[in-house]
Amino acid sequence: MDFQFTHHEPTPAEREAIDSVLGRPESRHHGSTTGAPHDDHVAYGGVTHASNRRHLLLPVLNAVQSEIGWVSHGAINEIGRRLPVSPAEAYGVAQFYDLIATEPRPPRVANVCDDIACKAAGVDPMITELRDRLGRPGEFGSAAAWVRSPCLGQCEKGSAAYVQIAGADDIVIAPATPMQIMDALAAQEPTGSVEPAPTRPETRLLSRTTLTLAHHESQGGLEALRSALEMEPMHIVEEVEASGLRGRGGAAFPAGVKWGAVAAEGGPKYVVCNADESEPGTFKDRALMEADPFRLIEAMVIAGYAVGAHQGYLYIRGEYPVALRRLEDALCELRDADYLGEDVAGSGFAFDMEIRTGAGAYICGEETALFNSIEGYRGEPRQKPPFPTQAGLFGRPTLVNNVESLMNVPDIVLEGGAAFSAIGTETSTGPKLFCVSGNVNSPGVYETPFGATVNDLIELAGGVDGELTAVLVGGAAGSFLTKDQLDVPLTFEDTAEAGIALGSGVVLIFNETVDMASIVQRIAHFFSEESCGLCVPCRVGTVRQEESLGRIAEGAPVDRELRLLARIDATLRDASICGLGQFASNAVQTAIEIGLIGEEA
Amino acid sequence: MFGAGGGTSSYAEIETTDLVVLWGSNARSAHPIFFHHLLKGLHNGARMYAVDPRRTESAQWADVWLGIDVGSDIALANAVAREIIHAGLENRSFIEHSTSGFDEFTAAVEPYTLQRAEDVTGVPADAIRSLAHAYATAPTAQLCWTLGITEHHNATDNVLALINLALLTGHVGRYGSGLVPIRGQNNVQGGGDMGSLPNKLPGFQDVTDDDARSKFEAAWDATIPPEPGWHVTQMFDAMENGDIDAMYIIGENPAQSEADSARTIGLLEGLDFMVVQDIFLTKTAQMADVVLPAAAGWAETDGTVTSSERRVQRVRKALDPPGEARDDIAILFALASAMGHAWGEPDAESIWNELRTLSPMHTGMSYERLDELGGIQWPCPSDDHPGTPFLHGWLWEDPLPREPAPFSVVEWAPPVDQLSDEFPIRLTTGRRLDGYNTGVQSGGFRSPIRAGAVIDMAPEQADAVGAVEGDVVRVTSRRGSIDVPVRIADGLRPGLVFMAIHTPDDADVNTLTLDAWDPKSGTAEFKATAVRIETVG
Repeated sequence: MDFQFTHHEPTPAEREAIDSVLGRPESRHHGSTTGAPHDDHVAYGGVTHASNRRHLLLPVLNAVQSEIGWVSHGAINEIGRRLPVSPAEAYGVAQFYDLIATEPRPPRVANVCDDIACKAAGVDPMITELRDRLGRPGEFGSAAAWVRSPCLGQCEKGSAAYVQIAGADDIVIAPATPMQIMDALAAQEPTGSVEPAPTRPETRLLSRTTLTLAHHESQGGLEALRSALEMEPMHIVEEVEASGLRGRGGAAFPAGVKWGAVAAEGGPKYVVCNADESEPGTFKDRALMEADPFRLIEAMVIAGYAVGAHQGYLYIRGEYPVALRRLEDALCELRDADYLGEDVAGSGFAFDMEIRTGAGAYICGEETALFNSIEGYRGEPRQKPPFPTQAGLFGRPTLVNNVESLMNVPDIVLEGGAAFSAIGTETSTGPKLFCVSGNVNSPGVYETPFGATVNDLIELAGGVDGELTAVLVGGAAGSFLTKDQLDVPLTFEDTAEAGIALGSGVVLIFNETVDMASIVQRIAHFFSEESCGLCVPCRVGTVRQEESLGRIAEGAPVDRELRLLARIDATLRDASICGLGQFASNAVQTAIEIGLIGEEA
Repeated sequence: MFGAGGGTSSYAEIETTDLVVLWGSNARSAHPIFFHHLLKGLHNGARMYAVDPRRTESAQWADVWLGIDVGSDIALANAVAREIIHAGLENRSFIEHSTSGFDEFTAAVEPYTLQRAEDVTGVPADAIRSLAHAYATAPTAQLCWTLGITEHHNATDNVLALINLALLTGHVGRYGSGLVPIRGQNNVQGGGDMGSLPNKLPGFQDVTDDDARSKFEAAWDATIPPEPGWHVTQMFDAMENGDIDAMYIIGENPAQSEADSARTIGLLEGLDFMVVQDIFLTKTAQMADVVLPAAAGWAETDGTVTSSERRVQRVRKALDPPGEARDDIAILFALASAMGHAWGEPDAESIWNELRTLSPMHTGMSYERLDELGGIQWPCPSDDHPGTPFLHGWLWEDPLPREPAPFSVVEWAPPVDQLSDEFPIRLTTGRRLDGYNTGVQSGGFRSPIRAGAVIDMAPEQADAVGAVEGDVVRVTSRRGSIDVPVRIADGLRPGLVFMAIHTPDDADVNTLTLDAWDPKSGTAEFKATAVRIETVG
């Protein structure tokens, strides 16, 4: 606890922001400027106290960022005293996240997506215009500024900006025009503009819009929870096992196995919803959370009951302010109605949950990095084993599921696992959401029973806009398809057999207008930016990969670069700690295989 | 109390204990190696209470810091005992089986109510109650202390007051629970082990014990006086009375380390003859008639040291000493030879092996076994004995093999150097992480965290003095004055100031301290000086 502080002090406004999360300090030892009566003779603190509060670090950093627009050394010192945590460590955590600034910034900063889906949809002219009007990205001279952003999860809109506004709610503009972005940076009270996703009554997951509890209940909401609370917890686990549900976040792990493993462990244990949807080209979870927040929370309560957890966390990426607000509102309403708390729906079962907001770090979608992030550490992945089911959040057994996975749970409870498993194929059961974007006529989230092909999805999305030149499935960590793979059913078993990384359900369509070499370079840039730097293969390999692609673009001898890329690929796959590094060269290698790069021009 | 002087526990125990009470110790700065073990315990879930007038670097790690007024330790300890008894949390079966004098003790602590303790110590009653309950109910607890307990005029009573708490709760004599005086140097324990105490022969055998004495006399072919000798503080009194007129000082710098240094230096100057044997030309050595340059114990000689957990470890020579410096043993042997005694060839291992024949607690510790086991904790009475990780397990044996351990009735008495209108501020002393004792060994190294000679005070105190950081102020006690710059420091309250002991050449804090000393241990009350502070110029 003998932390070394510099002499920087917080401003009153920074202090206010910190207090909004941590409350007023109780004593001089904890940062109070007035002190308490016995401060000269007694102080409370210690390692347990500090480790019990460490999880507040990211929320308090987010609060300062949100109110002030950046996190000064004075604020870091104050946070260090208040938690307590070493200011050097707090600074290290703050620096980890792209949305938290540790250098002075203007109070309004637009994060403008220039990632692959928006690039395919033609965002480059807008980027050029912004540069002409506002200066280069990251130049923080004026009252407002802009930076380039990785995928903001608004891919079906074709362009997007996430505007951080000090002292007010952040907003999202999607689709975005340069004028809208400039207005948001200048206006007194800017408002976001997000076109709502259309409901699709014929589907299971996209058929509802529940923004109030009454609305939720009128559409059959909470029936699943009430049924679940009358079942034996183990029975629910068995139904989930019988359903054949596999994780929708990208890893496709059988949900029932996880549920059973966590249920078998002793408490305390946790349920975590991974809503850190950050894979470029993925926006299905955002659509679900914006439209149907009540069902997601209901599913988490059911999960808690089934596995014997009394506390849940929902970790949502910071770039989803609309979904966040809707979830927060839903949480309040459910808590007020006693569907969360000490006695859930009068059943005697206690369950409550918190929403935690990420701050711009793709890696935090990796489950163990997500745990570290919640716990107040840099969001770096942990070595596995131990797996989360044994030692997850706060070192305790933890059930961690993706948003889309959980959204299926209420139906499984109501209909039974067998009925659910009848949908789709034998080993890919249930409905699946696909994020179809890029050069199609109607980009959006589409639900089909497992078994649809890329061609089916293109048809659902109104056909290709122009001439199809390439298809990327699975996002930045996914695969470019060959022409004959367009008829492969997008099931876990068929894609695995074809060597395709299905991932989270991204289907990105490119037409003849898109410079595919620059798309592949953007993917490589994404990974070198998002590598957390913990393990050397990924930290170095992702940078070397990007450099090599840059040299190819400048006309370097292709053969040598392709040999180097193959070696980088092997090293990343074999030696990276987590999936980020292991799949960081997947898209690049498949792009080479189908000739998108490396062909002598 | 328990006979042999040594910590009862192993470092490993503090790593797994349930509760740490750190009383009068800033181990984070003064005993950093020990504190690493303690930190492992905290990270393993141990709770910690720190009792210290200052909220030190160590106290910042505590779940609860009890910021007592200097010298009020006994009032606090007795109140903790009373609270444990009144709450019915004492360990009845242990008390009945293993201790004596409980009823007298209970009666003696009865006046020490929580309210009285709050009045005397300044610590809120709630925090005292919390400490009492935590200590009494912890499955295992380590009670650790250092000079904040022992550098007082009533040092021994302070220690007894803490031992009472362990007897009351059964936190002694079993794995994880113990009484741990942390040693301030790598081999303070070893010095005591080897008999450099006025009343002990090697292995803590009493000089008044005829059998022990005759064993040594037979081995050494010499007569040993049957009366205890003098400790350092008594020696200076003897110099004052003319009973000592020559001194041979080995590895000690009393001109700067003793309290009331003006008096100390006067007495050393008054000696007829003084020899100093040291690795540095200390301020004391500069006053000597003869200086014998010695080899550094940790790199230039072979031998052993004993750590705070009573672990005897080998030290190996890596370098030849520079110039004319020689091994301490070689110097002593040469001196003996010059005096007409042929002691043979000086050799650390053969001297050690002689010790093993005379000190039962060391008998099983051959160099070979010390190597093999990575050091051995005493007592180790035979070649097949593994050493003793913790002491006083006999307290838990049935039937009890010895006399039960007695409670001690001790009363609180305020520091001798009382605060007054003329001297209203309490000055206490201690170490910093970058310094070591009088700075002879540490002052020559640069350190980015060295504050130099400063007096630490709370910002409110500096305001009251009319000084800002860096201003030189005059600090005056009933014995003398020094000028020293102010440093604003955390962890101090108005009325309490702090100086480190490492910079006697720049600001000799012992010009101010009082040589009132504990009659039983001979330790001076370095921790409690009454001063006033004024701006200079």
